[in-house]
Amino acid sequence: MKALTFKRGIHPPHGKHYTENKPIEVLMPKGDLIYPMAQHIGAPCEPLVKKGDRVLLGQKIGEAKGFVSAPIHSTVSGTVKNVTPMLHPNGTKVMSVIVENDGLYEEDPSINQSKDYKKMSREEIINKIREAGVVGMGGAGFPTFIKLSPPIIENIDTILINGAECEPYLTSDYRVMVEESGKVAEGLRIILHLFPKAKGYIAIEDNKPEAIAKMREATKNDKNIQILVLKTKYPQGSEKQLIYACTKREVPSGKLPADVGCIVQNIDTVVAIHRAIVRGRPLMRRIVTVSGGAIKEPKNFKVRIGTTYRELVEAAGGFIEKPAKIISGGPMMGIALFSLDVPIIKTSSAILCLTEKEAVLPPEKACIRCGKCVDICPMNLLPLSLNVHALHHEWDDFEKEHGMDCMECGSCSYICPAKRHLLQSIRRGKKTILANKRK
Amino acid sequence: MEQTMYTVSSSPHIRADHTIDSIMKDVIIALLPAVIMSLYIFKWEALWVMIFSILSCVGSEALWQKLTKNPITIDDYSAVVTGLLLAFNLPASVPLWIPIIGGAFAIVIVKQIFGGLGQNFMNPALAARAILLASWPSHMTNWTLDGVTTATPLGILKAGMGEVSAATLAAPPAFSQLLIGNIGGCLGETSAIALLIGAAYLLYKRIIHWRIPASFIGTVFILTWIFGRNGMFQANPFYEIFTGGLLLGAFFMATDYTTSPVTPLGQWIMGIGCGLITTLIRLFGGYPEGVSYSILLMNLAVPLLDRYTHPKVFGEVKSNE
Ligand code: SF4
Ligand code: SF4
Repeated sequence: MKALTFKRGIHPPHGKHYTENKPIEVLMPKGDLIYPMAQHIGAPCEPLVKKGDRVLLGQKIGEAKGFVSAPIHSTVSGTVKNVTPMLHPNGTKVMSVIVENDGLYEEDPSINQSKDYKKMSREEIINKIREAGVVGMGGAGFPTFIKLSPPIIENIDTILINGAECEPYLTSDYRVMVEESGKVAEGLRIILHLFPKAKGYIAIEDNKPEAIAKMREATKNDKNIQILVLKTKYPQGSEKQLIYACTKREVPSGKLPADVGCIVQNIDTVVAIHRAIVRGRPLMRRIVTVSGGAIKEPKNFKVRIGTTYRELVEAAGGFIEKPAKIISGGPMMGIALFSLDVPIIKTSSAILCLTEKEAVLPPEKACIRCGKCVDICPMNLLPLSLNVHALHHEWDDFEKEHGMDCMECGSCSYICPAKRHLLQSIRRGKKTILANKRK
Repeated sequence: MEQTMYTVSSSPHIRADHTIDSIMKDVIIALLPAVIMSLYIFKWEALWVMIFSILSCVGSEALWQKLTKNPITIDDYSAVVTGLLLAFNLPASVPLWIPIIGGAFAIVIVKQIFGGLGQNFMNPALAARAILLASWPSHMTNWTLDGVTTATPLGILKAGMGEVSAATLAAPPAFSQLLIGNIGGCLGETSAIALLIGAAYLLYKRIIHWRIPASFIGTVFILTWIFGRNGMFQANPFYEIFTGGLLLGAFFMATDYTTSPVTPLGQWIMGIGCGLITTLIRLFGGYPEGVSYSILLMNLAVPLLDRYTHPKVFGEVKSNE
């Protein structure tokens, strides 16, 4: 069968050779753990503990505020050292709970309670996922229970598990599919239990044959689960592009996947759902790829949320070369950090330490109108034109040309031979327009 | 580990390898087979025309940027490409002040005055050629081959269409000669094979997209096949597409980034428009060849094409207004 794909897109060097064959290593935290109260899209949590309190592993320390929010749990037992604003991986300061680990890992009595999901009602399952603080772990961090509660359940006919992992360097989802295929399959079965009318699909890029084989094996007796093979192309794993590739449905601008009958979940999120329901564990750990040319021994870690980036880099042998850039997430959409003293949060998929050579930022030149950015934009926008409008503050034209539909994949900046910072200006344009609207 | 601050910048954090100068270098590489063929066919004359044309383009770019106190950008090789393309559009026998004037005109008047690379609205080499042709027509149409005055294949075909003119009533060269290039014509338009090798390289390296060349050549092919010189369905359309500057124009000039549309639909229209105008001029116009005028005319339409051919945005809902 021909590999499925979306239209346009780019083929950046994938850089996955560093870590794709490195089995997941469990990393226990050494120092203090930091829990920012904002680890998801939506309202930040309210701290439930204060300085000096003793907390247990799995204890809720941040209460969800508002509907779009997700609680936060301690991932160790120990003492609250402080509750204060700390540097967040997104570069801002965010109210955080700092816990000194006592090394006992004494568990909170509220966790480990589970029963057979087949005997649970929809409300029970959704509530459990909500209380476990599960959010989309692919980057955005949208609370999972909301995604699993579309207005009309019967309209959902497709559950897509996103195993594309199209960002260069990232191998965490790949390792999970290879090593924990059973959990991924079971997690998907739980979701399908919530949507009796839907079929489940696990979509994987064709450069990951081992993951495809392992997932096929794990789901071979499931009549309503199918493995889909995708073409290796960026951004194949972007939600709307993935839906198009697998179902040929276009999510209308401003609408959600559920509007075309689809729900998309990330691989690690599915495992988190599995742990929440089958084992009664809140979301406390995630898989993180530590990679890049500046890292001595690039690896995939299973790490407790709250562990600092610095500890992970040290566990990967530290630097062999002074890194020019530290990135939280993938090289296409990740955020550049100015410090390693930030914690792993629910959405931290990778720490990349790129060398000078990998992270070249060439000087910007004048646009030569080569049209390459137009040819590759997955949203079919005209990045060169949006760039001009944003630089000239022509906001009406920017909106008329659908600038707000840009999904910030970065493909245009990547491909531009004049090295124009296209996405940077478009992103600024979008922010300005949103800010103007709020006024 | 010491406490260091790292570079912080907006994503994406990796960029493709290609740059403006790597692309320009690839265009030069793609032109090399045709350079070699023109040296083989026209010998020293061709070499001097190319050298003077390139020197004039690069020199006037540097001089202009120095005088206007702008950063000097001759290291992006774009002036070299313009120089080479201009030379390709000149007969080998031109006096050497022609490429010098042409190069300066192309760079200063057509390119730099409008803001430099990426800003000009006409193809510099073609605009220069048009001016040279209008100002010094005799120099610009003096075709020689091995020192003997000759006519271009299209000239012969054209002459054959109208009243018989004694001087040019030779038979047009054989098809095989067109491929190799042993015919009268400008430096770069004689050898079809050399141009096709270069074109294949550009397509393979994805420097150009096939939309414009395919629609340009395809349109000329179909139209001359249908409305041939000697009546409907009488012409050999293969002969027509391998003669004159069509291959050079379609692959190397109409695809010029700055002066062609950036949208896919715009590129189709550009190619079809070029093909249409070329055929009209070749069959009915006053000149034997129409490639360069067709491209220049379509160049003028590019801003409009870009404006009215925006692609449908992914997920765009049809509005009911
Ligand atoms: S304009 Fe936006 S959606 Fe299009 S390539 Fe650039 S970043 Fe991606
Ligand atoms: S890729 Fe860069 S140089 Fe090419 S058209 Fe887009 S902005 Fe201009």
